[in-house]
Amino acid sequence: MQPMPLWKRTLILIICAWGVVAATPNLFYGSVERHNDALAAIELAGGTATPEMEAARAEWPDFLPSALVNLGLDLRGGAHLLAEVRVEDVYKTRIDAMWPEVRDSLRDLRDQVGAVRRAPSPDDVLRVTISNPAGMAAALEAVRGLGSSVVTLTGAGQSTTDVTAEGNDIVVQLSEAEKQATDGRTLQQSLEIIRRRVDEVGTREPTIQRQGEDRVLIQVPGIGSASELKALIGTTAKLTFNAVISRTTDAGATAGPRNMLVPSIDEPGVYYIVEETPVVSGEELVDSQPSFDQNNRPAVSFRFDTTGARKFGDYTAANIGAPFAIVLDNEVISAPVIQSHIPGGSGIITGSFSVEESTQLAVLLRAGALPAEMDFLEERTVGPELGADSIAAGQIAAMVGGTAVAIYMIAGYGLFGLFANIALAVNIALIFAALSTVGGTLTLPGIAGIVLTIGMAVDANVLVFERIREELRANKNPARAIELGYERALSAIIDANITTFITAAVLFTVGAGPVRGFAITLGIGIITSVFTALFVTRQIIEVWYRWRKPATVTV
Amino acid sequence: MAFRFRLAPEKTNFDFFRFQWLTFGGSMMLTVVAIVAWFVMGLNFGIDFRGGTTIRTEATEPVDVAAYRAALAGMDLGDVSITEVFDPSFDDNQYVAQVRIAPQDGQEAVTPETIQLVEDQLKTVAPSITFPSVESVGPKVSGELIWKAIAAMVAASFAIMVYIWLRFEWQYALGSVIAIVHDIFITIGVFAIFQLKFDLTIVAALLTILGYSINDTVVVFDRLRENLLKYKKMPLRDVMNLSVNETLSRTLMTSVTTLVALGAMLIFGGDVIRGFAFAIFFGVILGTYSSVFVAKNMVLFIGLDRGDKPTKPGTSEFANVDA
Repeated sequence: MQPMPLWKRTLILIICAWGVVAATPNLFYGSVERHNDALAAIELAGGTATPEMEAARAEWPDFLPSALVNLGLDLRGGAHLLAEVRVEDVYKTRIDAMWPEVRDSLRDLRDQVGAVRRAPSPDDVLRVTISNPAGMAAALEAVRGLGSSVVTLTGAGQSTTDVTAEGNDIVVQLSEAEKQATDGRTLQQSLEIIRRRVDEVGTREPTIQRQGEDRVLIQVPGIGSASELKALIGTTAKLTFNAVISRTTDAGATAGPRNMLVPSIDEPGVYYIVEETPVVSGEELVDSQPSFDQNNRPAVSFRFDTTGARKFGDYTAANIGAPFAIVLDNEVISAPVIQSHIPGGSGIITGSFSVEESTQLAVLLRAGALPAEMDFLEERTVGPELGADSIAAGQIAAMVGGTAVAIYMIAGYGLFGLFANIALAVNIALIFAALSTVGGTLTLPGIAGIVLTIGMAVDANVLVFERIREELRANKNPARAIELGYERALSAIIDANITTFITAAVLFTVGAGPVRGFAITLGIGIITSVFTALFVTRQIIEVWYRWRKPATVTV
Repeated sequence: MAFRFRLAPEKTNFDFFRFQWLTFGGSMMLTVVAIVAWFVMGLNFGIDFRGGTTIRTEATEPVDVAAYRAALAGMDLGDVSITEVFDPSFDDNQYVAQVRIAPQDGQEAVTPETIQLVEDQLKTVAPSITFPSVESVGPKVSGELIWKAIAAMVAASFAIMVYIWLRFEWQYALGSVIAIVHDIFITIGVFAIFQLKFDLTIVAALLTILGYSINDTVVVFDRLRENLLKYKKMPLRDVMNLSVNETLSRTLMTSVTTLVALGAMLIFGGDVIRGFAFAIFFGVILGTYSSVFVAKNMVLFIGLDRGDKPTKPGTSEFANVDA
């Protein structure tokens, strides 16, 4: 038997040692996690630590590895949401924003096009009627001139708008390329805002990912329920300040063109007719904090940026004595009368808030409004107790399964079975080490994957041992038989494991959530089990053989 | 010679084709029965594939299904099913049930208000009740999940078929795919006949069965390939028997270790994972069976091209890897 070269043996030993060391923190999950949390908290606090943080930090020595396997939602408990963003909502905003521009540019051509009027149209279309059709060509040219080119790689060179003439009407729509670009931006913005909102609540390692064209996947461990999460991220939080036309108690009142009818939040049955185009909107806020008004009721204070402050200042100066409405997600929070010119660009929103509500509103305003509404397609909540039960059950199953396999291997192959068991232990350590290092997530099916790997990991060893037996039976000397056993079993081991690996890869690509967790552990398990069988067991056998120099070998 | 626990004698000489009409024919019959059961009885889809909401309840009072049903009767939720869950790992006064609500018309997912109402209603029946998990899937997503699951199965089978075709020959590829189809369809049939809950994790289980079954089959085929080069004059049927006999000890050893580990998962893994563990456990038995009794019969049935022109090294790119 040719001994393995020294570098190979050293490398195998290093990998095994790394596996054991890197897997160790998972045995002390609670302590290591508190240690990691404390470290993060201390860093966040700028290096100053409270005694509790110091105590938590001391639970695990700094010099030891501290990477842990992430626990999936089904094990830790938490909420999972799949939301679809209504990307078309944004088209309307874009189209509405175009109207003043179009109106102004056509007004400059008044002698050619005549009077200009916005005609009723679907949300994503701007329809403008001109009274003098003779000027249509000039009008179209002017409106087309307003569009710019699309800023994407694929749509470059195309205009942002499609402008066509229909009788006396000019019809303006977003071009397909621009719609796509807009969708992309809407989703990016939604992701960013959801992330900010979730971060504000400060939970551990939330997952916020884009899925497909218009979907967002949100997973937050440790949160009480999906409903709670929805309340946080499902609110659009669109804040606007609008001019009030009138106040009414008639729910069916006609608002008139470019106005809207908005219900009041705390006066049931009261509606306000406000101008649709806001004076200032929430995007122009730079800060917002929960606070109290002069009567010590919870309120939310805010500050505008410079343009917002100027607009607000100008408007209040011009409209002293008139009411204006603070509108949040199409409900009037309050409609105070402007007492004086408000130049500073800061203010306070009062309403009948509880302290929690004012805090949440401040969070939402600070994080910014979602560009579009979302529909929730899928939501799952797992309580922490159920997760803990699952972990406990998985641990018992893994221990019982592992022990039974170990006994069975020794019964079947004696000393060689013991060698295989050592390799099996290394194998499990390597799986956990790999999962911790790559930040993989362990789910309940993932635990099942590990248990399955325990059973299948011995397969490569079994193949080799059976082969060695056959070679021994053919009267080969022990060293030669062992060598041939490994050589001849190789093709079966490789083919068998590659095919299984293919299924793991397919599961990983196609599956989601827990299934993906299973695919990861299965895939890692296949690699580590081939490694341990071909290298670890073999090295143990070689060392044993050179040490004992047996005349005969029994497998 | 030291004592060794053996599942098969050292040297066996079984004729695995002797009762072919029963082993192979019976398998094919069962596959057909399973497919018929699947279409006639349908699968008991979980919310992953059907949409709707499941709420897991846990209380210290025994579950009174009728009372739970009565509490929810006035809510106009459509189809509501309530089943009690049993598990040996539960405490004495731990009573668990699963409430399943059909998807609501015109809604992508059940609204939090509805869930809150359901929870309040159930609290009037069982004051100690808690809700360890609530899951809601909209019809849009569930439709997509079915397609994804089917795509996964087809993609995996196809990828494996191509691999086997490259490493062996097309007859082997076909034989192993027939074996996979046999294992998976019979497992699905069992889920249909016993109306066990079929959800996304069961699809993962089916894919695992696929992986395991192919693993087992490949080991037999690998030996067959080797023996075909060694015994060029022996009839194909005898070479096949020899190959299965030579690998029998390994086949049984690996199946049993895997089943032992899975058995532990099935018994101690808790009720959440039981369906999944059961599917894999059952599938491993089938997979072992099919690698001995189905895959090679298919190859024999099609026939291998060996005759006068023995497989030359180099006809299959990797054929000589282990020589």
